[in-house]
Amino acid sequence: MSMREKIEAAAARYPNQRSAIMPALLIAQKEHGYLPGPVLEEVADILGVERIWVYELATFYTLFHTEPIGLFHLQLCDNVSCMLCGSENLLKHLETVLQIRKGETTPDGLFTLSTVECLGACEMAPVMQVGDDYHGKLDDARVDQLLDSLRAGVSQAAGIEPASARPPGE
Amino acid sequence: MFEPVLLKNINAQDGHLLSTYEAGGGYQALKKALREHAPDEVIDLVKEANLRGRGGAGFPTGMKWSFVPKQTGKPKYLCCNADEGEPGTFKDRIIMERDPHQLVEGLAVSAYAIGAKTAYVYVRGEYVTAIRRLEQAIAEAHDKGYLGQKILGTDFDFTVHIHCGAGAYICGEETAMLDSLEGKRAQPRLKPPFPAVEGLYASPTVINNVETLACVPHIVMRGSRWFREIGPDKSPGPKLYCVSGQVLKPGLYELPMGIPLRELVESHAGGPLPGRRIKAVIPGGVSAPVIPESGLDVGMDFDSLAAAGSMLGSAGVIVIDDATCMVKVATRIVEFFHHESCGKCTPCREGLDWAVKVLRRVEAGQGEPGDLEQLDALCKGIFGNTFCALGDGAAMGLRAALKHFRDEFAVHIKEHRCPYH
Repeated sequence: MSMREKIEAAAARYPNQRSAIMPALLIAQKEHGYLPGPVLEEVADILGVERIWVYELATFYTLFHTEPIGLFHLQLCDNVSCMLCGSENLLKHLETVLQIRKGETTPDGLFTLSTVECLGACEMAPVMQVGDDYHGKLDDARVDQLLDSLRAGVSQAAGIEPASARPPGE
Repeated sequence: MFEPVLLKNINAQDGHLLSTYEAGGGYQALKKALREHAPDEVIDLVKEANLRGRGGAGFPTGMKWSFVPKQTGKPKYLCCNADEGEPGTFKDRIIMERDPHQLVEGLAVSAYAIGAKTAYVYVRGEYVTAIRRLEQAIAEAHDKGYLGQKILGTDFDFTVHIHCGAGAYICGEETAMLDSLEGKRAQPRLKPPFPAVEGLYASPTVINNVETLACVPHIVMRGSRWFREIGPDKSPGPKLYCVSGQVLKPGLYELPMGIPLRELVESHAGGPLPGRRIKAVIPGGVSAPVIPESGLDVGMDFDSLAAAGSMLGSAGVIVIDDATCMVKVATRIVEFFHHESCGKCTPCREGLDWAVKVLRRVEAGQGEPGDLEQLDALCKGIFGNTFCALGDGAAMGLRAALKHFRDEFAVHIKEHRCPYH
């Protein structure tokens, strides 16, 4: 299905078009990776709604990105339960091995590092969401393994050997 | 001997599939409700059971349902609040991931009771697995005739849609959730009108939490008396407790309402980590005022916790041990509310911004004399003066930390450092 068809199918679930803006933005973001201005305008046009209605949602909700982000969005929970279980040290570790600060993206465009509010998986704190998946009970070693497997997946998909199993500078 | 019902299928292999759910007696409650009860009788059953909302407020569910006007000429909506965002809470995610049909059946029975033909389940966007499982469950239930047109050969038509959230804690506030469903920024509405009269698309709307809806089929099958005999009279029933933080066995526990907090944390969840002692427990998500160790004998139900100056909230139990700085915990909690404030009203938006600044400097050892009194004054300015409960939750949590651990705050200011660093 094209993006337009997906959005129109989602809109059929509601009695008015405005309700379909949120699902439409999620569909558009999945398609484009993020939501630049022209994509927001396209969403408004497909639904036939005011552009301002689309802009205001895209900038209100934290899961919408109006700027490009890395291929893997590392979203580390630092709310209370995860903080009590060591998320602060994990953040330091991630910043060290990726050589970026939170909020930044690695120069190769692979990883964006963010801290997020409670992910609702406190039984496996500390938790990090990467793409659709939750990774729990994390420590430095498990974070390293996770980063390696994410990099290996990309290299494999591209048909090239992983340049290094370790991040540069380590 | 207490028998868990809500988590019965939770560890079953393929617990999310219709075949597993049916093999355990699933959808019998829907059949029973449609064949043996008029809609009003289902409302009466839930009233007699004294089921109270599991989302946090504890409002009697049957009474909420009975506020829906009978004849308005408008469609009626059922909305399920699955925007589980209260820090420390993960019960609804686990139900949706591992036993989603329990929610689907709860939705169908509840919609029959209130006369709704459409339900929207507002699931937070991060819960990708839960959303997929719920989508699959809805599709299976449709194919089997538990949803759709003329359900089980009756005149009852009912459709369930999933609405995926996009990261905003405020959507857990029911009227903000309705605005979000209508495609607006999530900001709470003035009440009245209450949603039962004018909710989604200005139509009569009932909003219930996932766990609340999951209780309904069990009440239909086992009777209101069975439900009422579990736990205290005024807030009965089986209850899901989410235990996390500095505790040996974090996890989701189904136990009677009213179980002592100490028993939950020390027996069921294994107590503190080796060599540590419990210092305090937050009993109901970070909106709930913290309870010092000496208060752990309180019962985990709406009324006992309210009497003890805290609240059951979402039953997100966060255990804090003696190696942890309470100023740091309080700062993190207020930072959370500050981040999630929708910005609609001044006391919440500005008051929390100010409180975060003061707390951060106290925690960093740069606090000044008068800072604690400043925080007291900020709590007073926020509490009771905001549109919704978000500001109240922040103020109550901070007040409790200042009350029970004031010495710890004072040491930070006096010694210009955090004693835990």
